[in-house]
Amino acid sequence: MTVKEIFDTMDYGLAPESAKEALGWIAERNGQFGLYIGGRMSAVGDTFDTKNPANGEVLAQVTQATPDDVDAAVTAARKAQRKWAALSGHERAKYLYALARLVQKHSRLFAVLETLDNGKPIRESRDIDIPLVARHFYYHAGMAQLQDAELPDREALGVCGQIIPWNFPLLMLSWKIAPAIAMGNTVVLKPAEYTSLTALLFAQICDEAGLPKGVVNIVTGDGRVGEAIVTHEDIDKIAFTGSTEVGRVIRRETAGSGKSLTLELGGKSPYIVFDDADLDSAVEGLVDAIWFNQGQVCCAGSRLIVQEGIADRFYTKLKARMDKLRMGDPLDKSIDVGAVVDPVQHAQITKLVEAGAGDGELYQAPCPIPDTGCFYPPTLITGLSSASMLMQEEIFGPVLVATTFRTPSEAVEIANNTRYGLAATVWSENVNLTLDIAPKLAAGVVWVNGTNMFDAAAGFGGVRESGFGREGGWEGLQAYTKPRAKAQSLKPIAAFAAPKEATVDALDRTAKFYVGGKQARPDGGYSQAVWSKQGALLGHVGVANRKDIRNAVEAAHTANGWSKTTGHLRAQILYYIGENLSARADEFAARIDAMMGGRNGAKEVNAAVSRLFTYAAWSDKYDGAAKPVPMRGVALAMNEPVGVIGGFCPDDAPLLGLVSLMAPAIAMGNRVVLAASEPFPLAATDFYQVLDTSDLPAGVVNIVTGSHAELASPLAGHLGVDAVWTLSGADISAIVETESAGNLKRSWVNNATARDWFGAAGEGREFLVHATEVKTIWVPYGE
Amino acid sequence: MQSEQTSARASGVDRDIAQLPQVAHSRNPGMDLDMNWVRAVQANTSAIERRCASLPGRRSVKKDHQAAWLLKAITMIDLTTLAGDDTPGRVRRLCAKAAHPVRPEIMTALGVDEITTGAVCVYHDMIATAVDTLDHLGVNLPVAAVSTGFPAGLSPYHLRVEEIRESARAGASEIDIVISRRHVLTGNWQALYDEMRDFREACGDAHVKAILATGELGSLRNVARASLVCMMAGADFIKTSTGKESVNATLPVSLVMIRAIRDYYEATGYRVGYKPAGGISKAKDAITYLALIKEELGDDWLTPDLFRFGASSLLGDIERQLEHHVTGHYSATYRHPMG
Repeated sequence: MTVKEIFDTMDYGLAPESAKEALGWIAERNGQFGLYIGGRMSAVGDTFDTKNPANGEVLAQVTQATPDDVDAAVTAARKAQRKWAALSGHERAKYLYALARLVQKHSRLFAVLETLDNGKPIRESRDIDIPLVARHFYYHAGMAQLQDAELPDREALGVCGQIIPWNFPLLMLSWKIAPAIAMGNTVVLKPAEYTSLTALLFAQICDEAGLPKGVVNIVTGDGRVGEAIVTHEDIDKIAFTGSTEVGRVIRRETAGSGKSLTLELGGKSPYIVFDDADLDSAVEGLVDAIWFNQGQVCCAGSRLIVQEGIADRFYTKLKARMDKLRMGDPLDKSIDVGAVVDPVQHAQITKLVEAGAGDGELYQAPCPIPDTGCFYPPTLITGLSSASMLMQEEIFGPVLVATTFRTPSEAVEIANNTRYGLAATVWSENVNLTLDIAPKLAAGVVWVNGTNMFDAAAGFGGVRESGFGREGGWEGLQAYTKPRAKAQSLKPIAAFAAPKEATVDALDRTAKFYVGGKQARPDGGYSQAVWSKQGALLGHVGVANRKDIRNAVEAAHTANGWSKTTGHLRAQILYYIGENLSARADEFAARIDAMMGGRNGAKEVNAAVSRLFTYAAWSDKYDGAAKPVPMRGVALAMNEPVGVIGGFCPDDAPLLGLVSLMAPAIAMGNRVVLAASEPFPLAATDFYQVLDTSDLPAGVVNIVTGSHAELASPLAGHLGVDAVWTLSGADISAIVETESAGNLKRSWVNNATARDWFGAAGEGREFLVHATEVKTIWVPYGE
Repeated sequence: MQSEQTSARASGVDRDIAQLPQVAHSRNPGMDLDMNWVRAVQANTSAIERRCASLPGRRSVKKDHQAAWLLKAITMIDLTTLAGDDTPGRVRRLCAKAAHPVRPEIMTALGVDEITTGAVCVYHDMIATAVDTLDHLGVNLPVAAVSTGFPAGLSPYHLRVEEIRESARAGASEIDIVISRRHVLTGNWQALYDEMRDFREACGDAHVKAILATGELGSLRNVARASLVCMMAGADFIKTSTGKESVNATLPVSLVMIRAIRDYYEATGYRVGYKPAGGISKAKDAITYLALIKEELGDDWLTPDLFRFGASSLLGDIERQLEHHVTGHYSATYRHPMG
């Protein structure tokens, strides 16, 4: 076209970013890459092709790591770890700072390489991904610097196995590596097989930063490499970002191994538009929500939920906006939508849309589709309902599905009608409405009048089947540190056996369960006797089965009002429980002594009263935070209750152990189902009366007795339970972790290690962390 | 298109109808004041700022396309002088520049016909000079006059209305009026509507641009509401600023105003023009504005009938960019005739 013609048409034309330097970088390495182990690139092994999805051309050959390679990487990481952790925080900070600077220095090379390998528009890799990568290393350089002063009671986990997805290859690498090495861990990281190249360039800058050998190891390959990492015995922690399906497999495979685990999984995040929203801005927000990175974003606002009265107008505006989207060569600077990552993904999107679009009305942007490469047009499907398959299944492509609502509460109901809980977006100009809605949404991140905002200072992560753990902020460091404590193994405690000749009181005493504020008989109709050391019959307790668990969880769900109470009210009730326990201290002390055959009863009761006071104190003091994110606005980190928590109480402290689980949980607004100390259950059953007289609403605390080994599976496997803790004397950690895979609930297990319930380890922040979910609420503002 | 009009004017066609705003569209007749619509308007500042911040990164225009876009931008400039020391000589120089904005050898190298700026924009007392000069130069460029007690708009109301009539009589075919900001700031939308109606009526056949002085309206929501009310009262163009406020045209203000134009068009079928004024002095900024228009309003608005830049120094920067495009070497200011 001549200038004269363009003057009339006012077309954009082409604005390609050069691929020359990035292709040159690949060519300098002969287009073949080994693994980065122990600070050097290994020889090239068996390779597979990595392709440019925008044109199908092969970019390079990447090595498929073998189990031996993974082993070598873990060995290198292990060898480096002790020395790395022993460096001062300042020393480690200098390395992270150097990495941040090097990412910036090579920013365009990283960006172009990312776009070539992944297919995302150069604008996104250049303006979003790479700057966020640098920011993550800067931020965590600071965390390393502050570690000695601010986290003196915590230490590195050891060797971390990290498996990351293909949608944000380098960004996810930074989210994994930066906090891990900042805290003194070493890592073995596997990039996704589709997108290994920027990780390999990162290996080069680790060398340029002079990072000690073995601190960062990068092994490439497909799922088999991931499997080798997940099952490797010498890895202390697995961090995974990817699909819920694979996350569930990893949960099962690591169960009982003692490995820490954090999972950042799929989503079907709601995008709610109220009728008083700035509709044009909400439409533009959707461009950033679902057409960002071709919709291949775990937290993509993929479910549009729009108020009925404005729905038609909103859809009209949205379609007009879609008509303006430009799809094509991702290296073109004027492209909004690039290529999806691989033909496999393209086929999956196509299949899902073909299967589900019939439930509604399909609209696709009229942008021309390039002849070659994996391009899928921006798509909107309106007129769906919650029952439509496409409203429930994650598509992971540029496909937005939409439905309508009538009232704010219905909006919340529809939004939460999902197995996932990663992110949510709310648009309204009414601050009362948005700040009322945000806490009600089942999500780890809520964006108000904006979407897809990320920052290293703000926690990111999900609830429900979107996984557990947070990345970013102080809360993200929980995933890469552990309390500095010497673990003692747990000595099993058996109940006193029935004597040959029983001493039996005249009056029968049979303790039932405590369910929904009432005493309930065991569903199965079985009981067992509790004997003293001297052979006296102390009473009978019920033997709970799966139906008793079901009933107790049901009761806990009914008591959901507890989660909305104020910290002040919960404090009052915890103090009152303490007061009432104290009034009956002698009776409880005598009971404990009788059950356990010791003289520690009075001490335990005192400790239990103190513990109740501790969490009464914490009820209104476990503060959230306002994160200093780089925008005009606030990012609030709110500590929210997890929901319904199942807990297996310690055997060795029948009253104090129960209180140590119950009190932090209910102080933070959770409802609990607790299995009492198995050998010494009667302190728990006596405790019902204390609870009954302390104004605790029915169903907030539910207690059953019976075999922990028997109950582990039904409680940890219950899909309506949000977290399960075992601090039991029975070694049920493996069962609990395996069963928790069902709904990917959070689990906290003792791996058969003991805890001093009378000491500092018996209470405090560690418990509160487990009793809360950090929800990050982004509220940009400005008039 | 441009060249046809230029030659038509050279042959002495009535200047009142040629290259006026909206010559290709029916003129916005206005409508009754719809307060429900005005009150329902929302503008989320942070979201609007984010859209504007990402736009330059989303759209990039290179090489021949950039040259063509910059030429287009020139045809949309209301080349302006609004200074207390304006003299006939100064205005004549401005008109000469408007008639021949780019050195001929550059135009030849680009392979395009000669172009003119969109209009010249002056104070009332300079209208006659501008009209005469342009006639003398043989180009039929519209002369726009700022009016109604520009820039503050606080002179006696009847004089403001009369000033419009005087300017129209003097030969101005476009009248840039200033609204009473106090009506917006006090929420007196009826008063704003009535005032705009009167101004429009006083303009007669001359087209009216409503200057909102957005830098003084306090919020983007007020900008959106004032835009709508002025369109309802029959504005042909809405314009950001006088150039005299401390904050003049910005991308966020522009986005709000053109979204209001889009809503008004969707509701009524009438296209209202947009003129950002003040603070746009770089070629790159001009491209960003054109991309914003193309994205939010569409190609229909990429014409001087519906889009103008109120600018004085923008042209100089564009000229240097065009010379760079033609020669491959960065240019210098003194190589281009001053306006």
